[in-house]
Amino acid sequence: MRAPLSWLAEYVDLPQAMNGRELSEVLIRAGLEVETVDEVGADVSGPIVVGQILAFVDEPQKNGKVIRWVQVDVGPNHNQPHEAYPAGCRSVICGAHNFAVGDLVVVSLPGAVLAGGFEIAARKTYGHVSDGMICAEDELGIGNDHSGIIVLPKVLDDGTALKPGDDPAEVLVLRDDVLDIDVSPDIGYCLSIRGLAREAAQNLGLKFTDVVALSTPAAKSDGYPVELADPACPLFVALSVTGIDPSRPTPRWMARRLVMSGMRSISLAVDITNYVMLETGQPLHAYDASRLSGPIVVRKARAGEKLVTLDDQTRVLDAADLLITDDTGAIGLAGVMGGQTTELGEATTEVLIEAANFDSATISRTLRRHNLPSEASKRFHRGVDAGAAYSAAHLAAKLLVELAGGTLAAAETVAGRVPDSPSQVISVDLPSQILGVEVATDRVVEILTVSGCQVRVAGTELTLTPPSWRLDLRDPYDYVEEVGRKIGFDKIPSIVPPAPVGSGLTREQRARRAVGRAAAAAGFVEVLTFPFASAEDLDKMGVPAQDSRRSLVRLANPLAETQPHLRTSILPGLFAAIGRNTSRGNDDLALYETGSVFFAGSGKSAPIPGVAHRPTEQELAEIASAMPVQPRHLAAVVAGKWRRPGWDGTGESAGWRQAFALADLLGAAVGVTVKRLAAEQMPWHPGRCAELSVNGIAIGFAGELHPAVIAEFGLPERAAALEIDLDLLVVTAPVNGSILPVSGHPVAKEDVAVVVPEAVDVAQVQAALVAGAGELLESIALFDVFTGGQVPAGHKSLAFALRFRAADRTLTDAETSAARDAAVAVAGQRWGAVLRSF
Amino acid sequence: MPGPESQADLSPESIDSLASAALAAFAGAGSSAELKEARLAHSGDRSPLALANRAIGTLPGPQRKEAGQLLGSARARVATALTAREVEINTEELVSRLVAERIDVTLPVELTPEGAQHPITALIEKLSDIFTAMGWQIAEGPEVEAEWLNFDALNIGADHPARTTSDTLFVEPLENHLVLRTHTSPVQARSMLTRDLPIYIVCPGKVYRADEFDATHVPVFHQIEGLCIDKGISLAHLKGTLDHLAKTMFGEGIETRMRPHYFPFTEPSAEVDLKCFVCHGESVGNPDAPCRTCKSQGWIEWGGCGVVNPRVLTACGIDPEIYSGFAFGMGIERTLMFRNNAADMRDMVEGDVRFSRSLKGMAR
Repeated sequence: MRAPLSWLAEYVDLPQAMNGRELSEVLIRAGLEVETVDEVGADVSGPIVVGQILAFVDEPQKNGKVIRWVQVDVGPNHNQPHEAYPAGCRSVICGAHNFAVGDLVVVSLPGAVLAGGFEIAARKTYGHVSDGMICAEDELGIGNDHSGIIVLPKVLDDGTALKPGDDPAEVLVLRDDVLDIDVSPDIGYCLSIRGLAREAAQNLGLKFTDVVALSTPAAKSDGYPVELADPACPLFVALSVTGIDPSRPTPRWMARRLVMSGMRSISLAVDITNYVMLETGQPLHAYDASRLSGPIVVRKARAGEKLVTLDDQTRVLDAADLLITDDTGAIGLAGVMGGQTTELGEATTEVLIEAANFDSATISRTLRRHNLPSEASKRFHRGVDAGAAYSAAHLAAKLLVELAGGTLAAAETVAGRVPDSPSQVISVDLPSQILGVEVATDRVVEILTVSGCQVRVAGTELTLTPPSWRLDLRDPYDYVEEVGRKIGFDKIPSIVPPAPVGSGLTREQRARRAVGRAAAAAGFVEVLTFPFASAEDLDKMGVPAQDSRRSLVRLANPLAETQPHLRTSILPGLFAAIGRNTSRGNDDLALYETGSVFFAGSGKSAPIPGVAHRPTEQELAEIASAMPVQPRHLAAVVAGKWRRPGWDGTGESAGWRQAFALADLLGAAVGVTVKRLAAEQMPWHPGRCAELSVNGIAIGFAGELHPAVIAEFGLPERAAALEIDLDLLVVTAPVNGSILPVSGHPVAKEDVAVVVPEAVDVAQVQAALVAGAGELLESIALFDVFTGGQVPAGHKSLAFALRFRAADRTLTDAETSAARDAAVAVAGQRWGAVLRSF
Repeated sequence: MPGPESQADLSPESIDSLASAALAAFAGAGSSAELKEARLAHSGDRSPLALANRAIGTLPGPQRKEAGQLLGSARARVATALTAREVEINTEELVSRLVAERIDVTLPVELTPEGAQHPITALIEKLSDIFTAMGWQIAEGPEVEAEWLNFDALNIGADHPARTTSDTLFVEPLENHLVLRTHTSPVQARSMLTRDLPIYIVCPGKVYRADEFDATHVPVFHQIEGLCIDKGISLAHLKGTLDHLAKTMFGEGIETRMRPHYFPFTEPSAEVDLKCFVCHGESVGNPDAPCRTCKSQGWIEWGGCGVVNPRVLTACGIDPEIYSGFAFGMGIERTLMFRNNAADMRDMVEGDVRFSRSLKGMAR
């Protein structure tokens, strides 16, 4: 809602000095979202004066244009001497032709600055010195019209005559502040000058004059016949104005206010309905009465019924749409848009004014169904004061009489009535309790009375009835808010509530943090990608048909049709991020992301229980069973160089080593050992992929990516990846560890090299050595892998460093040797390991 | 090789000359290796002085005593000189080693590549820490959510414009009534349905809107919402909590403002603004010094808040006659934008490592 300050000032006695910005501060504190204050015309400065055309000569130019060389009287203070005119004048060049000798125009003289910083100076043009400029609307910033210059009336509405040299600022409304307010859905009454002026008056403690001055009479049907056949229309006022002159123009002041309020001037009758709507908040519709046939009936549409709306669109109506109809069928979509058949035309002389009230939910649905936001639907969707309809109809009729020369028919129709406002009983203490500041009962009563409520005090209770325009005052807390915003939220003290003692993050939350921080500390960079996915990405990853990652959740209205699903794997998003980085020259990458993935659930529908009480356990269980499965995953991709070759020439390519090391690290971050077992799983290289598990629970995969996947996604060669179910990892985390005693006895070191068949994994041999070595073994580490030489073909030599230590004594050589031999013996039994003896 | 005893010349002149030769050799040694050679030659087991010492026993008594004294004194001189020269040479050698081993301390080195948590994650952790320090808990919930929990339970009725496909992303088919949550408020509803009272929780997380994608809007973003349900809770407690949060996030001098507003799930409702910390309000009505941060409004809209609407309590099975509460919520991306000057929201979701690395350590 754009509200010119001068218009507001008609209904609230604002202090003379108060500007739009100061008023906006007051309104903002009262809860109105003033987005901007436009200082209209602030960039235009004088001398700009009224001028009277004394004479002109039309001078054709070589370029085909005809310019006028004009002598204009700009008053004694600004006229220059001229041989032909004793009182003097100014001579200017003008391109427009829409004026005659004797007309009053607006002249900007040298020194003036027009809209957009355009400075006026005497300048030589078309063989003359033009000593100023005759202005069009756009040059003054008061409109977009550049079809001709402004011609002013000689006598103003109040009877004063304009003369050369006068300041035209007031008659042109050159200067105004316009408040642009984003009105929240609950306070539809503020979509009007009336509502905003009332808010300003209430919050400044100033006198307010209500433009809605007439009370709605009891139903009467003297005028045009109207039948209300649906409860969604409780009130319909119809007034007939006859004999209007369709050629009358919209007066400048009205057009100016419409434009400042963000509307266009169309024709006088239409402008009048819009003007009254802006002023009162009551949307009006004007019908060409000569094109109506039979009584108006307000009813729901019949399925398949059609209506051509004012915007020339044929609308196929829904049975829930509320219609204005006559004998010919639908003539308007109630509260949303009028129909074409009864539209006002250039020849319209008989007008029927409709001022009706409609149920906001009904209008909201129609507006959404037909995607027809309009000034009317915007208001009805929020709720319109039914008490304003009758007055608004009369205001419009009065303007049609005064400005368009019409006659208001004495017979009028008021169908239906203003609905009663529901009362509410609240405890006098409620505002104080909920606002957290003591508000005396007298003050509560005063505030709500000023807001227009009827207040009855009985003991500790208040019985409240809101005014017809306050559709937002229904529940007890609504009144609390009204009291709060009238005393000002800045009066409310600031008190930190004492929460009960807490226990910080949960174990799972701490574990997830540890995991994320470990990855970052190890050199991985976290990114956040959109969790949308496509089946094509799974195809490119080689994910087989039966894989659980194919259980995609599809969106009904995806942001992009190329990504209509939710992800079941984070990897495609990371692959895309790798691509985006490499395209920007970031080649060496270690990315990770944690986030939800989504697997289609039962496919059942989630119920929508009522809200009058807590849902039943059955309903909650049904909601739970309809939910997709949404575990948190962590995924990482490494590509390029892990360490770039530096000044000393060393470097390290990124690949499966980092993916495996990250798996180990993430396990360590929560305190578990992640086991790797050779596995085949797309999108990984079948010979370089490990299934990751903790305590026998599979949590994910890591390894080098499959060359085909690398090619499909355009990833750097040898890129590697990891993806784990983070929730599964986190639940394996130990609750409490225990600290073992640290032995002060010396360590005994033994190295062993064993030869095993190629296919045997290091982890298998190591596990056998550990099992055989017994409890004296403190640690074991692989330090060499060797093939060729004297190692038989199809075999490899693995060398391990074993460290033995006892808690209570220094080990003897014999003890250590025995333990080592036992270790090798078990490796021999399990895997055919032979101690390397060369 | 003849026996040592027979070779021994134990005359005072001879002893003196042996000692002098040793001292000269030590003094002439220029490195620890040369000194070692000189030591072996002049004071080692087979050096002339050592041999002379062993030969003393062959002398007759009176001569033995005299030669013994002379030899003892000579060997002591030699030993002292050796030690002194050792110290000298060690010191010289250490000094030259230290000089020789000088490195360029500005050479680039690294323990690991430069990793980083995303600034959004870091900010969520910081916000979470502020609330856990106050005794609150962190609540979480699913991103695909039941319509009832995302809307109805929060007093957002079936006709609310947010419940259309132009605002909300729906799971197919629509009849299943599942949406991508449009705010983290359903976590509040879940908490009210499952947690014991009183409730003091914040819920950070990812939310979704069918929104445009530009410098200040992303369709997937993060929020943190707070919920407090207890006996005797008022708007004053909300204000206190937000003031504390603002101070902890932005520093002691920060000024906040609560402005009445409308949300279906709270009543009274407000928006909370921060005094612009770039222009401090100086840009208002001052076209010569416009402020980009607050668009010359003087205040920056931070989030929404209010007293929990009793209808929400009722729908979640809490008696509004006994309990009241407050709720608030703010966008994490938005907070990051004005707290850390992030200019373009798109950078937050495109996965460029330079964005993730841009806030380091305590700058987060």
